[in-house]
Amino acid sequence: MAFRHAVIERNSILLLVLTLLTVSIGGLVEIVPLFAVETTIERVAGVRPYAPLELMGRNIYIREGCYLCHSQQIRPLRDEVERYGHYSLAAESMYDHPFQWGSKRTGPDLARVGGKYSNEWHAAHMIDPRSVVPESIMPAYPFLDRPLDYALIADHLKANRAVGVPYTDEMVASARADLEAQSNPDADSTALLKRYPKAVVAAFDGNAARITEMDALIAYLQMLGTLVKFSDVKPDALRQ
Amino acid sequence: MSLAAVASPIAVVRPRTDEALLDNVTRAFVIAICFWGVVAFVAGVYIALQLAFPALNLGLEWTTFGRLRPVHTSAAIFAFGGNAMLGTSFHVVQRTCRARLFGGAPVAWFIFWGYQFFIVMAALSYVLGVTQSKEYAEPEWYLDLFLAVIWVTYLVAFMGSLIKRREPHIYVANWFYLAFIITVAMLHIVNNLSVPVSLAGAKSYTLFAGVQDAMTQWWYGHNAVGFFLTAGFLGMMYYFIPKAAGRPVYSYRLSIIHFWSLIFLYIWAGPHHLHYTALPDWAQTLGMVFSIMLWMPSWGGMINGVMTLSGAWDKLRTDPSLRFSVTAVGFYGMSTFEGPMMSVKQVNALSHYTDWTIGHVHSGALGWNALVTFGAVYFLVPVLWGKKALWSTRLASWHFWIATIGIVLYITAMWVSGIMQGLMWRAYDALGFLQYSFVETVEAMRPFYIIRALGGLCFLSGALLMVYNLWRTATSAEPEPQSAVPSGPAVAHAAQ
Amino acid sequence: MSLIDLLPQARSLWTVWFFLVFLGVVTWTLWPGRRRELEARGRIPLDDDQPQGGGRHGR
Repeated sequence: MAFRHAVIERNSILLLVLTLLTVSIGGLVEIVPLFAVETTIERVAGVRPYAPLELMGRNIYIREGCYLCHSQQIRPLRDEVERYGHYSLAAESMYDHPFQWGSKRTGPDLARVGGKYSNEWHAAHMIDPRSVVPESIMPAYPFLDRPLDYALIADHLKANRAVGVPYTDEMVASARADLEAQSNPDADSTALLKRYPKAVVAAFDGNAARITEMDALIAYLQMLGTLVKFSDVKPDALRQ
Repeated sequence: MSLAAVASPIAVVRPRTDEALLDNVTRAFVIAICFWGVVAFVAGVYIALQLAFPALNLGLEWTTFGRLRPVHTSAAIFAFGGNAMLGTSFHVVQRTCRARLFGGAPVAWFIFWGYQFFIVMAALSYVLGVTQSKEYAEPEWYLDLFLAVIWVTYLVAFMGSLIKRREPHIYVANWFYLAFIITVAMLHIVNNLSVPVSLAGAKSYTLFAGVQDAMTQWWYGHNAVGFFLTAGFLGMMYYFIPKAAGRPVYSYRLSIIHFWSLIFLYIWAGPHHLHYTALPDWAQTLGMVFSIMLWMPSWGGMINGVMTLSGAWDKLRTDPSLRFSVTAVGFYGMSTFEGPMMSVKQVNALSHYTDWTIGHVHSGALGWNALVTFGAVYFLVPVLWGKKALWSTRLASWHFWIATIGIVLYITAMWVSGIMQGLMWRAYDALGFLQYSFVETVEAMRPFYIIRALGGLCFLSGALLMVYNLWRTATSAEPEPQSAVPSGPAVAHAAQ
Repeated sequence: MSLIDLLPQARSLWTVWFFLVFLGVVTWTLWPGRRRELEARGRIPLDDDQPQGGGRHGR
């Protein structure tokens, strides 16, 4: 045998290169093909980028580490589909930077929590979880009742566009107006709903006069899992 | 069994090290290991108690479970484990290469203080709610960049030491350390690719979305386990067990096979974190197959570590360092059997999203990583501070038993609560309805969360005993006279 | 034919290729003639000429 292992062992650079090569292959073979959208993302209608208020709510969800106890990924198992709804599709998180699938259910799955509880319930639950669910072990979030900082909302949309979310120039330009319109039921929300169909418009925390972090978080929770209308989806469209 | 039987028949004259080795920085790392270990265990116990007593969240934004959990995981993995890796790799590479660390003191201290700064900044950012929400990769873009600089410096220092070595061969422990450094660099850079909202702010959006982001994250996440918590720690095993046992590793040839098969197989296993999700089936299957195959190199390595003691089993009774390291390898064997089992889709359908996963992680983190680190530290402190022995073998023995009891309490509590919750979620009543509401399953977990916290408290108490023992070892003028036969009930148990 | 169509074949080829590489590593390592040389390397950490390490195992 002409090949001598001692050569690798004696030559540290070669050891480095071979190690790097060996560990690169797994990642390349598993990750790269996923970028072929036609075989990864199901062909369903309705998924849209987050409305500005929802996006800010999502950032609060991330900030508070909600994903550490709540998954957003329903598995195609009988009990889960019955408990939470249709199993989650890849298409439903195609604009999620980063994804929020989670890995632990200390609390229930939230992938389709949108529309299941009232805004009032959410607000009360967030301020004191045990006032509505006595056995809950969730932390209380009374501090969310503070003004939302959305000065940079247009920049948030632009950063999302830079990583591939199809926000149009019009969406970026009207980001601030859209955000304010979604949290005020008295405002004209026609343009908002045209840009972001199915967006829920409400004074989420019960006070239309000020836009709070609570407004944003509840707006996000209320849209989760509501975009795809499953009664219109043909089985073939779900094939990956 | 005489030493000659295991010793090489080829007489080797080892080259001498004529430069002074850099031990100051290794001493600093040992102190950091102790400090961050205690921080990680305290944080763990606290958040474990929060799950049993939610009032402990205090209603403050900085102290909720969601913000403290990354503090616990990062302190355990990156602060405690990371300092253990950096410190022991500096110690091992200098001795097995018979060369002073490349770059000398300035580079070594830059790495040390840079890494501590990173840890403090990361912990602060979690408490303040700055996170990119990728588990075990929570720091935002500015800290990721900073860590990349530290890590590349570390790679250069380590590689440089390998290149300038005076020993003709690179000892296998260094292969594992090198694989750990280079793979973590690759994982860190790819998984943290993101676009900041503004250069003046912390917030960024990850480059990948949805499925691709999930796959990249768990490719990272699983290999943080595979290369940070396994390959690096195996490097530790391959140095400290032979060293403490005073005999070469059981089979050097097995260690070569162990190395190449482990680093090749591990990198594929990530998708088992995404079973039954929207990740395409082919990727899930691939992840499951490679995870099951991983069982073989893992156990090969375990056998290699444990059998190094063949003919010297009596040292388990007298040497606290060896007792920790060998028990750690035992836990490694246990969790690397449990892991492949949990990666089987049918098992995963039950275990995923439950505390079973948490228990599995801790049988690895407490049983393997922490115990093997304790073993290395008990070995290193007398060596680095120039003492003949530990201040108290007896106290180390107490640490061993308290820690082991803590781990057993922890794992069994999580097994029961995890499997129970998984079964409750899928239970149907006679009429075909789901039998339990979600919150009923939460209520059922409570006793186990309390037992788990007790287990954690035991583990923490043991670590505090260790810190005291090591402090006395380092500062005492003369070691306590050691009796020929160490007494105490704990020692008698260890004889098995 | 796009790259995606080639994936299944590429994937099975990788498997075969790596199985062969693995067999190669195993054969090379376990080759009887190499035993003495390789096992001798296990002594690297033990032949430590740093004096601090020496006294510890005496007890």
